[in-house]
Amino acid sequence: MSESPKEKVVAARNLSKIFPHGGEDVVALDKIDIDIYKGEFVALMGPSGSGKSTLLHIVAGIDRPTSGELEVLGDPIADLSESQLSTWRNHHVGFVFQSFNLIPVLTAQENVEMPLLLTSLNKKERREHVETVLRIVGLTDRMTHYPRQLSGGQEQRVAIARALVGDPDLILADEPTGDLDAHSAEEIMTVLQKLNEDHGKTVIMVTHDPRTAHYSSITRHLDKGKMLPVGEPGSQE
Amino acid sequence: MIIPLQYNLRYLRTRWTGTLITAVTFGLVVAVFVIVMALAQGLDRAFVTTGDPLNLLIMRPGVQSEMQSSVSIDRYQIIRTLKGIATGADGEPIVAPEVLVVVNKPKLPDGGKSNLQVRGIDLKTLELRPQVRIVEGRMYEPGLREVIASRLVSKRFQGFRLGDTPIFGGGTWTVVGLFDGAGTAYDSEVWCDYEELQQEFDRRGGYSTVVARATDPAAAAALARTIDEDPRLKLEVKTEVQYYSEQTETSRPLKLFGTFLATVMAIGACFAGMNTMYGNVASRAKEIGTLRVLGYTPFSIVLCFVFESVLLALIGGIFGCLVSLPMNWVTTGTTNFQTFSEVVFQFAVTPRLMTIALGFAVVMGVVGGLLPAVSAARRPIIDCLSKV
Ligand SMILES: Nc1ncnc2c1ncn2[C@@H]1O[C@H](COP(=O)(O)OP(=O)(O)OP(=O)(O)O)[C@@H](O)[C@H]1O
Ligand SMILES: [Mg+2]
Repeated sequence: MSESPKEKVVAARNLSKIFPHGGEDVVALDKIDIDIYKGEFVALMGPSGSGKSTLLHIVAGIDRPTSGELEVLGDPIADLSESQLSTWRNHHVGFVFQSFNLIPVLTAQENVEMPLLLTSLNKKERREHVETVLRIVGLTDRMTHYPRQLSGGQEQRVAIARALVGDPDLILADEPTGDLDAHSAEEIMTVLQKLNEDHGKTVIMVTHDPRTAHYSSITRHLDKGKMLPVGEPGSQE
Repeated sequence: MIIPLQYNLRYLRTRWTGTLITAVTFGLVVAVFVIVMALAQGLDRAFVTTGDPLNLLIMRPGVQSEMQSSVSIDRYQIIRTLKGIATGADGEPIVAPEVLVVVNKPKLPDGGKSNLQVRGIDLKTLELRPQVRIVEGRMYEPGLREVIASRLVSKRFQGFRLGDTPIFGGGTWTVVGLFDGAGTAYDSEVWCDYEELQQEFDRRGGYSTVVARATDPAAAAALARTIDEDPRLKLEVKTEVQYYSEQTETSRPLKLFGTFLATVMAIGACFAGMNTMYGNVASRAKEIGTLRVLGYTPFSIVLCFVFESVLLALIGGIFGCLVSLPMNWVTTGTTNFQTFSEVVFQFAVTPRLMTIALGFAVVMGVVGGLLPAVSAARRPIIDCLSKV
């Protein structure tokens, strides 16, 4: 129908996630419908405990939904085996954590190289890829530094480089600026925006901070495990 | 695909105290294993290197050792006439009678008594056993109450230094020379003139054994057959090599004990390793989750931590080998239960033994690391990530 048929990156119907918790079940996601298209920069907002991280994990193939239908990049990822899913993540998803999650005993470039060790690239090609992404995040002068020798903002930029190095279709970030000061947060958001606008990456980011959400092209709200319709309170449209 | 080894190595280095303690545990087990096995191997080696394939040991049928054998003088005379025997420098066939006795003598340093094997030989024996060399003093004089003792015996027993006058049988003997048996069983012996020994111990009726040297391997086989089949002789023949390799039975209890001890200790070390690895896995939960998110499969996580455990055990294994290496030059003794006399020998820490010990360490590493590694790999990713 639309004049430019956009490629669907995430398509979820009736998606639910229930955590058994003691005798009681916690409904983290309650029959969610959401479509995300290629090239979008989506900010997921909502109060604490509303299910933002849970949704992101399920889209990333890190956790599995309890029920509902889900396709990510056209793959029915809930049906994949554990090791198929591992390979799928390696090929298609870059994940950025709130607390960076760099491996402390590896240098910046070794950290960034980790996802590439699973590919068939040779050493030289891997080094080129690593240098390219470290240039994008502006950290070519810190390649041989260990995480403890970097500032929080630099660590997060290394983590973004790591998420980016495999050239994934989808970048997922869970409160990427949550542990950073305002200045570093701005730097990180600029990088994510650049990835979205200049490199055409689809980005889904969870955030609490309206200023951070401002960098996105679409903001969606979750509340108590339910997705609020587009245009509900807080959204920018 | 595989998580690079340097990841594990850097971790082991970062947590070096834990690494060291666990590695030392593995190392001690490996050291005990190596030392006990080196003992058994040294004992084996003393026997195995003793035999010469051309030397035929002729004994009474059915006996376990030279000590229990007897061969009469007339049979010795018959053997001398057989074909296939090498000729000595003097033009005579190289056939030597031997008389074996054991004497109970105090050992150094505490004076505890042990049986010492005394071998009465003919001077021809030296042609049969060229590996035995006089290193101090001189050869005994036939017809005199003189002995030569191995250097190791002179160090382990009282009264067998050069010039000492040990008493055995009924008479007083003089140590006129010391010899080096080159690691053979003769290193545990005292040698003298066989006729003197026969008189002293009233064994004039015959010898213990007769040793004949064949001209070549084919002649050795033919000669053995001739002796076996000769109805006048009714004797049993073995090559020295055969005879001494049968004596390696002596080391069997030692090997059993060594294996048992090492196994029991290894079980303990595996638990220590397991404990360390559970600790490593628990403290790195978030990283394991991260690696999984990056695309590493559960199997690669298992491999990663099993590798780490094996590395830990190998570090320990190398340490254990190094610790036990100096034992290589230590001399010790035990009782040969077939002759009931003391065997003196050196520990043998061989490259082969060390390879086996390192293999043993690898097995301990795998056993100790497997459960923690599997538990790490099976843990759901979000569980791993939620750990601070
Ligand atoms: N592993 C789990 N076991 C049990 N309950 C869980 C688990 N993970 C999340 N929950 C529950 O599911 C709900 C949604 O959690 P989620 O982490 O998705 O919220 P969130 O929106 O990301 O919150 P925050 O802003 O605090 O990060 C919460 O009520 C939480 O307690
Ligand atoms: Mg969250």
